[in-house]
Amino acid sequence: MSRIAARFQALKAKGRAGLVTFVTAGDPDLVTSQAILDGLPAAGADLIELGMPFSDPMADGPAIQAASLRALRSGAGMQTTLEMVARFRRGDDSTPVVLMGYFNPIYVFGVERFCRDAAAAGVDGLIVVDLPPEEAAELTGPAGAVGLDVIVLTAPTTGEARLAQVLAEASGFVYYVSIAGVTGTASAGAEAIAAAVTRLRRHTSLPVAVGFGLRTAPQVAAVAKLADAAVVGSAIVERLAAGLDASGAAGPGLVDGVLALVRDLAAGIETGSCP
Amino acid sequence: MQKANSLRGGPDANGHFGIFGGRYVAETLMPPILAVERAYAEAKADPAFATELALYLESYVGRPSPLTFAGRLTDRCGGARIYLKREDLNHTGAHKVNNCIGQALLARRMGKRRIIAETGAGQHGVATATVCALFGLDCVIFMGATDIARQAPNVARMKLLGAEVRPVTAGAATLKDAMNDAMRDWVAHVEDTYYMIGTVAGPHPYPMMVRDFQTVIGDEARRQILAAEGRLPDSLVACIGGGSNAIGLFHPFLDDPSVRIIGVEAAGHGLASGRHAASLKGGRPGVLHGNRTYLLQNADGQIDEAHSISAGLDYPGIGPEHAWLHDIGRIDYVSATDDEALAAFMLTARLEGIIPALESAHALAWATGAAAGLGKDHVMVISLSGRGDKDLATVMDALGDGAPS
Repeated sequence: MSRIAARFQALKAKGRAGLVTFVTAGDPDLVTSQAILDGLPAAGADLIELGMPFSDPMADGPAIQAASLRALRSGAGMQTTLEMVARFRRGDDSTPVVLMGYFNPIYVFGVERFCRDAAAAGVDGLIVVDLPPEEAAELTGPAGAVGLDVIVLTAPTTGEARLAQVLAEASGFVYYVSIAGVTGTASAGAEAIAAAVTRLRRHTSLPVAVGFGLRTAPQVAAVAKLADAAVVGSAIVERLAAGLDASGAAGPGLVDGVLALVRDLAAGIETGSCP
Repeated sequence: MQKANSLRGGPDANGHFGIFGGRYVAETLMPPILAVERAYAEAKADPAFATELALYLESYVGRPSPLTFAGRLTDRCGGARIYLKREDLNHTGAHKVNNCIGQALLARRMGKRRIIAETGAGQHGVATATVCALFGLDCVIFMGATDIARQAPNVARMKLLGAEVRPVTAGAATLKDAMNDAMRDWVAHVEDTYYMIGTVAGPHPYPMMVRDFQTVIGDEARRQILAAEGRLPDSLVACIGGGSNAIGLFHPFLDDPSVRIIGVEAAGHGLASGRHAASLKGGRPGVLHGNRTYLLQNADGQIDEAHSISAGLDYPGIGPEHAWLHDIGRIDYVSATDDEALAAFMLTARLEGIIPALESAHALAWATGAAAGLGKDHVMVISLSGRGDKDLATVMDALGDGAPS
């Protein structure tokens, strides 16, 4: 069984939803980013989304755009991102790691080589934001061959007929983008999320994670009542940015600050979850 | 499917020209993009749409644009007979408006009241703001802060026309960043908003649709050169940023093997300098802004900044149909530097009384250089894609002490 499937099964057994955290690999520098990554499971992250830095993150709001640029300026790239996961795996063999980003760096790296190297590094799944089902075959084949899940995104704009088409290719879990917008901007209401999750469950038996616009422990608690996992990205990245010193380098309390926020969010999951 | 005996049948049903093109966008944008595709297919099949478009192109844009024989330029070069397709004489001063009229009529059919667009030099922004005023639509233009600073007259025009100009400060704050922010805005306003892309790039159906709206350039040029010379031209030359004026001129001639076709990219400070905007000659295939095409990028797949003295060519990609036509060898893609474009700008002003856009000056630079080596019976048509009024400050600045007296 894959780490993703095992983790969702374990969460179900415990009767609670999972917390999915997002940080960009190499933000603000490789050493600090590794320390954050390595600390996430103990702070309460059940699944980890690790952003692959990209110069033109079109689906992201200002916080994650800035994170990507900080990472690139620190020398991060596809190779360093995979090395980060490999180092993480030396201390953690159970927390799923999903790489999230855009297709161009994967395409330029070479899709088959990327999938092979990612699987070897201990990556469990991929979320490629700008690869809709119409274009995904190029990735799903090589990814499937090495056991990587390709996690699909669904959005409020995804109609009923299209939903079936999108979910036909899904594996691992389904990521519901709860707002029509970029990351870290607006937040959806609980009723809208509940309706969307119900609709998704008619089409798939895969776990459903909800993200985009979740910022606080109460919001995470609300989503934990409705879905299998809640994803927090921009709020964590903003906390990281708040820990930078005037020169843009990591300040002394940056890692602790980020992990403290993750602990708060994880507490929200505990209070919010119901079987 | 593309017809086996024609190069004009593309793209395929999913928007691919060979391996290029496609729809590489976030799922949130797929439904609106599919809606544009459906609406455009319906409009294309509706004779009333073509009639209305033709009416606006004639009575508002001022089409057909003339094909001017450039006698003194021809004499100076001492070779090919040079004709200029005068898109500079269109209302708003460039070819961009051809596409904007078409897309505005489409947006109106779709019931969209809010139009967004990206702009580099400001020509597409001005054309978009113009048609929004004409049709009473709300208009928001995304423009890099760097471009806003160097294209002040066009910013003022857009505001006069009632558009909101939204500065983009991400990245190098130029055209690619403006396109990123326009797509982010569209994601957040899909219900009421239509994204009016200004060139033959972006997700399908834009490269096809914008090409179709610009093909009026080549259709007219074909009729006009047949009337003037009694035969097809021997060569066509146009500048290429995204490539919409070029594909517009070239497309009706793709199936005529006797017509040599040349696209001129911006070589900036020179291809070897690394400071240029020549995606085909200096880039390699990748995926950005919804399509697969040639891109300026580093070994890690991060997109590089483009450089050109011409803001309209200052983009690190190129339309996917050009990428395909490059790979199959139908079109020759060459380049001209900033300095060569400036020299051609001056030459055309002095010899023909036409101040070309700096974009068009790249085509003129290559063409005037090549014309001498061609026989006097060689007929060449150059796309004069826009007028240079907007570029006066840039040109005076670049010429510095060498400013003409």
